[in-house]
Parts: sequence; structure tokens; C-alpha cells
Amino acid sequence: MALPPPDPQFILRGTSAAVHTLHFSCGGQEPDVPILFSGSENGLIHVWNLKTHRVDTALDGHGRKSVYCVETLGGKDRLLSQGRDQRICLWDLAEGRTSVADSVFTENVGFCRCSLLKVAQGRWLMAMASKALEEVQVLELPSKTSVCTLKPEVGAKLGMPMCLKLWQLSCGSQPLLLAGYEDGSVVLWNLSMAKALSQLVCHQEPVMSLDFDSEKTKGISGSSEKVLSIWSLNEQQNLQVYKTHTLVNAGVADIAIRPDKKILATAGWDHRIRIFGWKKLKPLAVLDYHTATVQCVSFSDHKNPGKRLLAAGSKDHRISIWSIYSQT
Amino acid sequence: LCFTPAGLDCSISSVSHVLGKVCIQGRQKEILGVLVPRLTDLTRSDCIWQRMCWRLVECVPERWMEAVVLGFVQRAAGADVLSRLLGNLVVKNKKAQFVVTQKLLLLQYGHTTAVLQNLLGYLALHSLRRPLLIKVRLSNLVASRWMFASVTVPCTVWFVSELLMSMLEGVKCHLDSNLPQIRCLGMVVAESISSKINTDGPVLKFQYEEDDETRELKSLLVQTPPLSVVPTLPDDERDEKAEAALPVVLGSNKNSPAAAPAVPAEVSDTELDSDDDLIPYDMSDDKELKTKAPVYIRDCIEVLTGSEDVDKWEATIKALESLVRKNPAATREVSVELAKILLHLEEKTCIEGFLELRQRAQVAVLTTDPIPVAKYLTSQFYSLNYSLRQRMDILDVLVLAAQELSYPKSHGKTKHSGAQKPCIHLLPGSDSSKDWRKIVDERIKSKTRRFATGRSQVKLDSSPNEFNSVAGHFFFPLIQHFDRPLTTFDLLGEDHLVLGRLVHTLSILMCLAINTLAVTVMGKALLEFVWALRFHTDSYVRQGLLSCISSVLLSVPKEHLLEDMTEELLEAQSWLGDVVEKDPDGDCRRLALQSLLLMENLKKKLTADPS
Repeated sequence: MALPPPDPQFILRGTSAAVHTLHFSCGGQEPDVPILFSGSENGLIHVWNLKTHRVDTALDGHGRKSVYCVETLGGKDRLLSQGRDQRICLWDLAEGRTSVADSVFTENVGFCRCSLLKVAQGRWLMAMASKALEEVQVLELPSKTSVCTLKPEVGAKLGMPMCLKLWQLSCGSQPLLLAGYEDGSVVLWNLSMAKALSQLVCHQEPVMSLDFDSEKTKGISGSSEKVLSIWSLNEQQNLQVYKTHTLVNAGVADIAIRPDKKILATAGWDHRIRIFGWKKLKPLAVLDYHTATVQCVSFSDHKNPGKRLLAAGSKDHRISIWSIYSQT
Repeated sequence: LCFTPAGLDCSISSVSHVLGKVCIQGRQKEILGVLVPRLTDLTRSDCIWQRMCWRLVECVPERWMEAVVLGFVQRAAGADVLSRLLGNLVVKNKKAQFVVTQKLLLLQYGHTTAVLQNLLGYLALHSLRRPLLIKVRLSNLVASRWMFASVTVPCTVWFVSELLMSMLEGVKCHLDSNLPQIRCLGMVVAESISSKINTDGPVLKFQYEEDDETRELKSLLVQTPPLSVVPTLPDDERDEKAEAALPVVLGSNKNSPAAAPAVPAEVSDTELDSDDDLIPYDMSDDKELKTKAPVYIRDCIEVLTGSEDVDKWEATIKALESLVRKNPAATREVSVELAKILLHLEEKTCIEGFLELRQRAQVAVLTTDPIPVAKYLTSQFYSLNYSLRQRMDILDVLVLAAQELSYPKSHGKTKHSGAQKPCIHLLPGSDSSKDWRKIVDERIKSKTRRFATGRSQVKLDSSPNEFNSVAGHFFFPLIQHFDRPLTTFDLLGEDHLVLGRLVHTLSILMCLAINTLAVTVMGKALLEFVWALRFHTDSYVRQGLLSCISSVLLSVPKEHLLEDMTEELLEAQSWLGDVVEKDPDGDCRRLALQSLLLMENLKKKLTADPS
């Protein structure tokens, strides 16, 4: 007889606005405190102390416009945030500072979250949706120089890019970009040649979110419909559909594969978080806590696997923290 | 008393009577003490004696049956003996059945374990009786007596997996219990069952303290040598009984149950994926979310006209009225279209109260944007190819909307709900006529009271009468074309039901038009209308016409009545007189009388008041 799903370990309250993005920073050694960053609709970024479960700092850098992406560059002292004020801000949070060190004006009014990839010590690539409708621009950080601009061919009618994922097969190899578009396709881009290597129509509706396992070269995408699509890259760098899974209710806002590649979590419009095994997409649990759309899910980067956490942010202003399948 | 073989032909029933009488008088022990062993011996091998014995007991009159049966059950040396002695008595005799299955097992606690053993064994022994055994389902946890009732049953076959199921349910109940003793009992039983079921599998072991009870229970598990048995049954085996007082039938399994129900959580039966050792959680609550209704009026229109999605359609219908009321501006943009859709709306799925929901939505649309929608509806009333039902719907909606518009808004919801409650339906002489009668009566009452004692009613907050500007739009189109027959609709001909409803509707509209500007013109038109139809054969129509006259008298200010309508009123008066005397219908006569009285009142007032 199956056990009922676990309850959240704890709930973070206090954002007073819908939570759109989450990012953990728990890899530090003691006495570093494990941190969770959250971005909300009211433009604030909250820095949550996971020991006290309270907000340490609130960062206000997007003019009260919704923050829909937060990432860290390296440790918790360097934060990147993206907001609806068409800006990407780079924060310097070391030693208690809370200042915006630099910013990029994206001129993009969409909701596409940027993607970061560390390519060398102190150097990152950042892919973001740019000014023109279907384009994705890749910048190098912190220099902010443009690496390439990825334009679909004329007549491709992909629509806006909805979600991005930069990856590389191994450290030092060529970085590639996976982009999900408004028309339901996922495209694999080669950055050095700024060319599309492969395109796969995964969904009938816009691709809301995707995540990719570079070890197995297998990825998963979710859309506003009921289907989750799992696709893989073969040797010729071609995308092909591996499997699909139909959910009970339509709408997936976010997908995250756990760093150990054992499980993945989806954030549903039906207020539920779903956990699947990554190997065979076996449904493992449905976590039903939130009372509004779950906008984002994120796994922690704890060094100790037993302490790993899953966080989910929802439109109901709450962040739920779960400890699930952490023994494996 | 002794039996002789020669007595075979004698009437056994008299013996039964005697037996019964003796037993009931408390001499059970004595008589049965002698009788039962004797019968036991006699019936051991002799079928005839068996049958005689059965007959003996069967013939005992009902009122003594309990005592006799009880005595037998107590005295019999074992279940099989009881079986021989009583045969299928419990199947054939209702009283015996009741005694055995209900009373003895459930209601009387003073029996020893052995008695219960006998009883249940007896029930189990024969295929006809077994269903009774299944019926004996005890879920009463309370009686501590039953904690000890471990009955062993000499039985063999798995006769029903139901039995096992209910027994296991009983075990579950036991395990859930707060009392440790009951839990213990459950555990012991579960262990024994599992050991029997999985004869070579892993054995279930609970942790509990061994105490006297458990030891006693376990002792019953010990196999006893087979008793002398009726040849058709194979070997006995004893086992324990669960709280449910249902014997466990184990042993030489002829048909072992297909599913070995795993009661405890100790034994892990989750499938282990060879690659993935992550155990899923219970996801049985993961169901589809209910569809939400659209939030915009235009979306509603889309759903109602096109959508195949029935859930959405249902949600829309339910939400429509409130949406219309909350968004008057948006509704006004599409009011006629919405009215059209609603008029033609058919029930797509089986919703409760569909007609009412539709009607309320229509009323909401009409009150939000009265003039165009009224124009539309009244024109449709006289159009081709509508059903009678639809035409009457139109009338109902017009009336309800008129009521709503003419009541002071300050009363808010309570008044509205009162006004809308007479959800007017099909039958003539039903709510609608009662409704107007209520209004008329109220008016009459209010008029008389005003002169006698001054205003004794609560003074309502005044607010503009919204019906004022639209009354004419409701009224005149309806009255205009009544004499023009169409191919599918002939008011003056067959469709007099609709005519009747129309007339009543006009009368209500007239009533509601009190204090409006158009009231006098309306009154005059109405009186002419009535005059034209006064000899109609249908009594419902005539009632309507008479109520029209009352309405006119009540609504039109008396000065105007005097000035503009004297001729019509005089004609009406003479007609009313006729009706009072000659009309075959009682209601018509009453209504006519009422109108005449109103006229008299008016005359008095007019003559009393020289202005």
C-alpha cells in the first residue's frame, strides 16, 4: 500500500506577492548559511536564510516590476536577476552589500528566462531573448560582450523564445543552446556558427519550460497542454522524441531535473508539484500543497545528499520546501 | 418420554408442542438433558431418526422456538451433533434463523465458548446454512465478551472468499482499535491466517505480549482429531476466529482465494523496479481540476454557441446570471445576441435546474438592457417557428423582468429573490395567476387601508421606477398582433393556452405599470382588448381578462379612469354583471364580482371627492 505523499518540510512566507523564480545556494562550507533566492511579482528578490527560515535581505532593483529569473554566478555573493523592467541585474552581495554592480538592458518585454553556463573560471555565457521577436542573444559575462545572435530562418515562424538552456557535453567542449519556442518546437543551436542544428516539434502549444540532462543527452519539455515531452539527442546532434507523458491537468510552468539526475519535478498550473523518476519517467509523487499555480521549482545544491531540498514557488505567495527521495 | 420406533407414524407435532411448552417453562435442562443425548445416539447413524428429530424441532411453535433451539445448542456435544439434530432448521424456519443468527450470537452474551463453537460450526457445516454464516457479520467492537469468543469450526473448504474478506476486515478493525487487547486479538488472528495462507512463504509476525488470552487463542489453533463426521465432508481442522465472529476456513484449500490480501504494512509488496529503486507515493488524489467558468460575457457567448466542452458549458450556464448582473456595460453591448442565444438554448447535459438557470439569465439580460431586448422578445413572440414553450418562456421572462424593474432597488437582494421566486412554469392557473392575484389583493388591501387608518405599511425608500420608461415597450408589442394568425401560431384559434398566458401577462404588466406615464394609454388599450375577447370559450382566458380589468382599475389613477375611459368602463361593468350571473366558471364569477366591487369603491370615492 503506497504511503501518502510527504508534507512540506517548511513553508516560507513573507513575499506578499506571487513567486516567479527560485534559486538555491547551499553548496558553501560551514559556517556558510544555506540560502534560497526568490524573485517575486512585486519586483523584490528575497534572500532566505534556510536555517532560520526567514528573510535575511530583500533586494529591490527592478523598479517594482516582476522578477522572473534569479541565478547565481559561482557562490551566493554574485547574483543575477532578470525583471520585467527589461533589465538583467548583476548584484554584489559579498560582505553584506546589496548593490547592483552591473546591468544589461535587454529591450525584451517577454517572460523568457535567461540561461547561464560557466565556461571558464570567472567567465559565463548568458543566453537571453533579445529585442527582435524571434531572436536569442548570447552574451559573455561579466564583460557583456555579445558572442552571437541566434536568428531563426525567415519563414520559420517559431514565435518568441519561451525558455532557454545552455549546456556543454563536458567541460571545455563546445557550448550549445536548447531553445523552446512559442510554436511548440525545441531547437538546438550551435553557438559558434550561430546555426540551428536540429528542430523538433514537441508540443502543439508554446513550450513553457525545458530542462536537459547533458550526461544522457536527454531532455524534457512542458507546455500549456497536458503532455510532457521527453526527447533525446542522437550522435548526429538530431533531436528526436523519446517518450511522452500525459498529465491529468494541463499546464506546466517549470521543470527541473535534480542534479543527481535521479528525479525531476514539474510545477503545474493545477497547483500541484509532480515528481517523476528521470530514468523512465515513472510517476513518483504528486505534492498538493499550494492553492494557486506553481510558477517555479528548484532543487538545492547541497553537498550532502541527505540534506537536499526541493523548493516550489507559487502564485499564492508561498514557497514550499520539501525533502523528498533524499536518501537515495 | 421415550420414543419407540413404532411411534414413527404418530404425530410428531404434538410431541413438539409438549417439548416446547416444557422448555419455555424453564424445564429445558431436565428434558433436554435426557432428550438430547438420546437423540444424539439415535441419530448417529439412523437417517430416519434424524429426520424425525428435525421434524420434532421444526414443529415447535414459534413462540417456544427460541427456548428449544437454545437448549439444543447448549446441550449438543459438538457442531456436527447439532447439525444432525437440527438439520437445516435455520434455513427453513425464520424464527429459528433469527434466534441462531441474531439473538444468540449478537444479543446474548452469556454463552460459553463451546456454545459458540457449536453454533458457528453448525452453520458452517452445510452448504445451505453457510450463507447465513456470512450474514452473521459482527462489527461490534464493544462487547468485551467477543474478545474471547474464539470459535473453532470444523470445516474444510474455502467456501467463500467473501468470508475471508470480511474476516480480514474484522482483523483490520481490530488492529485499528485503541484497546490493546483487541489489537492483540487481531494480531494473533492475522498471524494465524497468514501462516495458513502462505504455507511456505514468509510468516507474518507481530509484536505483542503473550498473555493468557493470546495463549488461549493459540491453543485453539491446535489441530484436533476429526470428529465423527457426516460422510460428505472431508477432514476437520480447527482454527481461530476473528472479531467478526466469522470462522476462518483454512486447511486443505480447495479453492484458495485468488488475492492474498496483505493486511499489514510490514510486508513490503511494492514493485521494485530493477533500475529505479524509488518507491512511488500514493497518488490516488491526483484528479482533474474542475473547469472554471469564463469570466467575460463574450466568452460565455462563445461557449454557449460553439463549444463542445460540456464541462465548460455547464459552468457557463451556472455562472451566466451573476456575470450578466456584474457586467451591465458589457452585457448591453451584446444583449440582443445573448437573449437570442438563451431563447434558443437547449439543454445539453443534465444540469439540475437548467430551466431556472436559463430563465434567470434571460431576466438578468432583459433587466440590464430592457428596451432592445424587450423589442426582440416581443417580436419573437409573434414570429414563425417557435414552440409554444418558447413563446410562454418569453412571456414569463417579460413578467419577471417587469417585476424586478418596478420594485424599488433599495430593497436589494431580498426583494429581488422574493420577486423572482414565482418561477413561472407551464401549467395554467399555477403560480402566475396566483402571483397576480397576490399583487391585486395587496393592492386592494393597500387601497382600503390608506383611507381608513393612514399608511400602516413600512415606508419604502423611494427610487426611480425603472419600469416606467420601458413599460410601454413590454406591453404594446404584445397586444398589437394578437389577431393576426400565423401559419404556426394562431392565438385566437387552437393556441388558447398561450392566449391565456398572454392575457395574464398583460394583466400583470398592467399592475406593475402603476405610477408610470404610460399607464393610462395602456389601460385604455387593455380594455379594448378585453372587450374584443370577452366571449372567449376558455375559462382560463376569461379569468385572465377579468384580472385585466381589475388591474386597470387598480393601476390607472382614478381621475384618468373617469376622464378617458368612461365608456369602456360602463361597457365593462355591464359585461361584469353578466359574468357574475351567468358564467359557468366559479373563479370567473368571483373575479367579476371583485372587479364590480372595485368599481363601486371607485364610484364612491369619486362621488365623495368632488375634485
